[in-house]
Formats: sequence, structure tokens, C-alpha cells
Amino acid sequence: MNSNGNPILALIWTFGLMSLFAVGGANSAIPEMNRIAVDVRHWMSDKEFADLFAISQLSPGPNVLIVTLIGYSVAGIAGALVATVAMCGPTAALAYCVSRLLRRSQHSRWPAIIQAALVPLSIGLMAASALILARSSDQSVLAALMTLAAAVVAFATRLNPFWMLLAGGIFGLAGLI
Amino acid sequence: MLPDSPPAATPAPDFASSAPPPLPQPGLAELFIAFAKISLAGFGGVLIWARRGIVEQRRWMTADEFNETYALCHFLPGPNIVNLSVVFGSRFRGIPGGVAAFAGLVGPPMLIAIMLAAVYAHYGEIDALRRTLAGVACAAVGLLIAVVFKMITPLIEKRDGAGLVMLAAVFVAIGFLRLPLQIVLLVAIPVSLAVTIFQRRPKA
Repeated sequence: MNSNGNPILALIWTFGLMSLFAVGGANSAIPEMNRIAVDVRHWMSDKEFADLFAISQLSPGPNVLIVTLIGYSVAGIAGALVATVAMCGPTAALAYCVSRLLRRSQHSRWPAIIQAALVPLSIGLMAASALILARSSDQSVLAALMTLAAAVVAFATRLNPFWMLLAGGIFGLAGLI
Repeated sequence: MLPDSPPAATPAPDFASSAPPPLPQPGLAELFIAFAKISLAGFGGVLIWARRGIVEQRRWMTADEFNETYALCHFLPGPNIVNLSVVFGSRFRGIPGGVAAFAGLVGPPMLIAIMLAAVYAHYGEIDALRRTLAGVACAAVGLLIAVVFKMITPLIEKRDGAGLVMLAAVFVAIGFLRLPLQIVLLVAIPVSLAVTIFQRRPKA
């Protein structure tokens, strides 16, 4: 808890703990990451946080890359590695143990019940993520329209999401956002 | 990279031409390479590429086995696809297998993301880059909103009122009140579990 001095320890503590509470994956934990990185530890501004989210979406790979980028901006390459392993390690160890247990006691009905109970919570967390990111990204009417357009296209079509990111970048570069 | 994104419109990379024929027992290097390829293809949601690579191209698992493994990794906390890589790798090669699959999944994209972040750190103040990134950020938020609505749709179709109330409560607590995640979940998980068990009780 008392890890304010050393940024590496702060990253291990922050993401190691978050790992076990990230119900529904890394995107559900974005409000908590934002609260800690911006409000609690003052590692970055709201705007920088939104930029890091955009960069993580521009890279291929799992959503957990946002954690890598927060670690990188706090403490360089070492920070990136430590934050990523702290976010993945505890829950990966848990997944390993539970999968071995379940293979011994086949077909319990508990996984289905727990999953059904967690689904609404993880959607609520992701909705909160979207709200928090929209607040810092959508500062103008045109920016909000861009978000709305990307949401509608991604909801209604099977277009590769990368094209929406590219369109956003082009509109941004053209100075429309 | 967003979960539950629609399948990518671009054609699948041809795993079959570069990978050895399907093997029942992949080695450590194969696990690393397989997950690196899956991950680097994963612009439109890594899950789709994981299913394609593991079930269709390499036949390391049947579709049912894959679904069961994914369901397990989804109800556990943490990044789902990371959990999947560890559980999958360790099934074949124990803990080293889990580490190899994890390193393949996270390592190469990490390098790309760090390079992009380094560019951002050096040139982030350049106006053109700032504007471009701001536009990407707007679109990225839109993609996240679309995922949220796709996930809400089944709850609405099932008329799962209790689930929608739980969803809204968590949304307000975290999104508006900005309460710490642990506190919200320590209340919400027991309540949601109790509601689910009550809903699924055997009808007398």
C-alpha cells in the first residue's frame, strides 16, 4: 500500500490487485485505471490517458496493451514489462489452477451460474469505460459525431474496426475534430 | 482488439501454408509462434483469430473444447484471451507451455505498442500527430460503445430485468460516482450471484 515512492512498486501493486478485479477483461477495468492513473497517482492527464487508449487500439493484440502503455509512460520499458506481468500474472495463475480443478470435477453447474451473474456487471463496467473515455475525447460536436458514426458502423456492419480507427485518424489530421 | 467485435472483413492470414500440419502435441516454439500470429492478426478482436488458428487451421482443439475453455476464461477475472493462452498452453506442455503461449500472445504486440508510445512521447506535441490521435481516440470510443450495445442486446431480448438493473447500477457507481472498483464489485458480485441463483432455482 505504501508504494508512493517507487513507481515500479506502485505499478506492481496497482495492476496486481486490479488483475483479480478485472471482471470481463481489460476494457472493464479502464475506469479504475483512469481513476488511479489520473486522480490518485497523478501519473498523467485525462487527455494523455485517452491518447494511450487510442494507441493501444491502434496496435494489434489483446486489450491489456493499455496497461503496457501506462507502465511505459510511468517507468519506461521496465515499467511496461512489470505492469503487463502484474496485470496478467495473478489471474493467469488463477485460471491455470481453476482449469485443473475443473478437469477433475467435470460438469459442475457453477461456472455457468457465475458467468451469468458476472455478465451484466462486466457490461456495466465497459459502459462506464466508454463514458469516461468519451468525456475526455469528445470535446467538440464533430468529435462526438465521429464517435457516434464509428459506434453505428461497428454495431450495424461487420467491417474491420481498423478502418474506423483509420477514418478517425484522417478526419483528425484534416482538422475536423 | 475489442472483445466481441465482428469478424474482420479482411481475409484470414494463411496459417496453413506456413505452419506444420496439425499436431496433437504442439511444442513450446509452436505454441509461441501460434499465439504470436493470432495476436498480431488481432485488430478486429483476438478471440476470432484464436478460434480460427486453434480450432480451424491447427485442429489443436475441437470447437466444443474451445468454447468450454473460453467460457472458463471469461468468468475468471483479468484479460480473457491472456487467460485462454495460459490455460491452453499449459494443457499441452504444463507451466512452460502456458508461459510460451502467453509470451507469444503479449510479447510481439507489446513491442509494437511500445514503439508507437515512444513515437508519441517524442513527437506527441506535434500538432498534426495530436489531431490524428484525437480522431483515432474518438473512433476507438465509438467501437467500445458498439461492443457494449452488442452485449446488452441479448439481455434485452431475454427480458433480463434484474441483469439490466445490475448493469445500470454498476455503470452509475463506476462511471458517474467514480467509486473504487473493488468496493463496487464486493457489493455487486454477491448480489448478482444471489439474484442469478434465485432465478435459476428448480421450479417446484
